[in-house]
Amino acid sequence: MVRLTIDNKKIKVEEGTTLLETAQKLNIEIPTLCHHQALKPYGACRVCLVEVIKGSRLGLVASCTYPAEEGLVARTETERVKRARRLSIELLLARCPTSEKVREVALELGVKKVRFKEEKEECILCGLCVRVCEEAIAKSAISFINRGADREVTTPFKIGSLACIGCGACVYLCPTGAIKIEDVRKCRRLDFWNTKLELKKCKVCGKHFVPLVELDYLKDRIKSFEEMELPEEALEVCPKCRKRILSEKAGEFIFGEKYP
Amino acid sequence: MRKIDRIIKRHKKKGALVPLLQDVMAEYGYLPQRTIERISQELDIPLSQVYSLATFYKSFSLTPRGKYLISVCLGTACHVRGAPRIVEKLERDLGIRAGETTKDSKFTLETVNCLGACALGPLVVIDGKYFGRINLSRLDEVLKDYLK
Ligand code: SF4
Ligand code: FES
Ligand code: FES
Repeated sequence: MVRLTIDNKKIKVEEGTTLLETAQKLNIEIPTLCHHQALKPYGACRVCLVEVIKGSRLGLVASCTYPAEEGLVARTETERVKRARRLSIELLLARCPTSEKVREVALELGVKKVRFKEEKEECILCGLCVRVCEEAIAKSAISFINRGADREVTTPFKIGSLACIGCGACVYLCPTGAIKIEDVRKCRRLDFWNTKLELKKCKVCGKHFVPLVELDYLKDRIKSFEEMELPEEALEVCPKCRKRILSEKAGEFIFGEKYP
Repeated sequence: MRKIDRIIKRHKKKGALVPLLQDVMAEYGYLPQRTIERISQELDIPLSQVYSLATFYKSFSLTPRGKYLISVCLGTACHVRGAPRIVEKLERDLGIRAGETTKDSKFTLETVNCLGACALGPLVVIDGKYFGRINLSRLDEVLKDYLK
């Protein structure tokens, strides 16, 4: 355990806890854009900056990556912190002026005008998509490429990915809405990743609803259908039909055969 | 055994990607897509990660490079001593832009940021040979040898 102080509040936390997590325990709010509690911190957006005082040294650090240290004193509300966060979000806003999430955080931090040349990028390079695909889905279908001003996220060789299963985890986490996912008849499209995947037909209603490769992935991940009391066909029926069948079964169970 | 098999075999155990890609570069002059895909499979590293690394370093190239690589330093010291004009001239003479390769696959032109020999600036490296304090007329002379 280490003891530290944030905004004059003392706290004891497990070693390896980040400053952001520590602050959250103290109900101190820190804005974030590239952080997700289930993924490894990455420190890309710099809106979570806080001030740390070590001895006589003062520094600004990204709280999502900075580990709590014994005796550390941190402040989250000083003028310097506010100014630094505002600059970070202003730069991001100049890059992606249309992103809801970025605008929301900008507003929270009191940034209304952007002094820099506006670009029309869709991506702020937060890396959430890359991390969720690698850490949670274990597919690593996408990655950062190039560096410096040319850095971007994309699939290998910028062509359709053979690793992508079309699960949509990246779409869900992306703060800017850069990645779109769409089912068009027999096909799931993720245009941002140049990827198209064939969908499976629901056994009952005939609607196409899940990418074949995602189905294989799920079957693989669910080790034992028996243990879960799940018939293997459960995955071959679309969620809507599955729900109907289940409620019918429940009805029969409760009201007897003749239901409804 | 093909050369590529030998290169992969040599690095497979350690799984060190950068030296492997360097060897492929040295052998083929670029990193062919097929080879990158194969490396990913054999070393059991996601393709996206090999691709990420292959695009990270300037010394790796995904497209074939010419027989001679011409690097012009555009670091601060070389820059103020007129390196941009050197680049312009080369682009004109070779008919390509920096980063490209001539149609006859003879030259690849690239710019780099400081080669660590600032006192010799402006600096051009052709096929591993350093030409310091270069100017437009000397560049003509030097190029003549390679254009033959
Ligand atoms: S596409 Fe979205 S999630 Fe991925 S790096 Fe860009 S902003 Fe982040
Ligand atoms: S949340 Fe800490 S740098 Fe983005
Ligand atoms: S700037 Fe060209 S060698 Fe340093």
